[in-house]
Amino acid sequence: MNLLAQPVGLPHYLVVSAILFVCGVVCMATKRNMLGVLMGIELVLNGANLNFVAFGSPMLRAGPSDGLGLDGQLIALFVIVLAAAEAAVALAIALNFYHTHATVDVDRGEELKG
Amino acid sequence: MEAINWHGFFFLFFAIVACAFAMAVVVADNIVRMACYLVVSLGAVAGLYFLAQAEFLGAVQLMVYVGGTMVLLVFGVMLTARGPLASMRTGGGQWIMAAIAGGALLAMLLQAAFSVSDWAAPKTIQEQAAVEGSPSARLGLGLMGVRVDQLEQPNLMLRRGMSGHLLAFEIISVHLVVVLVGAAYLARAKRRLDHKQAKDDQRP
Repeated sequence: MNLLAQPVGLPHYLVVSAILFVCGVVCMATKRNMLGVLMGIELVLNGANLNFVAFGSPMLRAGPSDGLGLDGQLIALFVIVLAAAEAAVALAIALNFYHTHATVDVDRGEELKG
Repeated sequence: MEAINWHGFFFLFFAIVACAFAMAVVVADNIVRMACYLVVSLGAVAGLYFLAQAEFLGAVQLMVYVGGTMVLLVFGVMLTARGPLASMRTGGGQWIMAAIAGGALLAMLLQAAFSVSDWAAPKTIQEQAAVEGSPSARLGLGLMGVRVDQLEQPNLMLRRGMSGHLLAFEIISVHLVVVLVGAAYLARAKRRLDHKQAKDDQRP
């Protein structure tokens, strides 16, 4: 199987986005630093975004009316904006937590529940 | 020897860079290095957007993600890190559990990616998928409520639902304003005020 000679299809993009998604999930699960968890979230959102773009791409669709069309790119735009907003709020919360507890370790935030 | 498909070559390059640096983010222990690896990974994803003919989205990814969100994250790292090399170790048991869960998820996603035969190969020749005008103009019209790519939709019921994304655009604009005001309110420095008040209270 010569990857360099065959045309790029939808499964190629799906594989890349799956790897990004799983890396993000593992990052979210294992990091103890709150900002590391945030970076995992960014990776997950990027994996999902790549899927949207691939399904909406005019180059990768099977037929002229298949795929998401412009919807894919529009939803990806919304996801980027929401990710920026989420990063801003989560960072504000992390800074507040750091001001009160002098750490960003998520394992030390037990009293946040309830 | 077949001719090299340059589209495939650049796709492979960007895909390998994105995946390798995403894994480096997971493996890295130092939060500053994680941020640097994440920048490279997000930049490579922008390259993949360009290759999928989403040029506007690639530019937005570079500007908003790599230029905006990452600066925010790096500032967060600098404001909260104690010492230049702040690292927090994770226990071995947690790594094993995460590896099992992540591996299972990856296997399921890969199986799903290759299982649908419709997705397997693009039936339109790639040269035929010509550029349909400037993508930013079409995206802007879609946000304003005109879907230029769906004007010929024969099904009336479907066409009614394809009137664009004006409502989502408005909601997301208001959401962004609220979120930014809330973030500024949450992150304001109130500790100094408390100190001053405490001093004032101690004074008779």
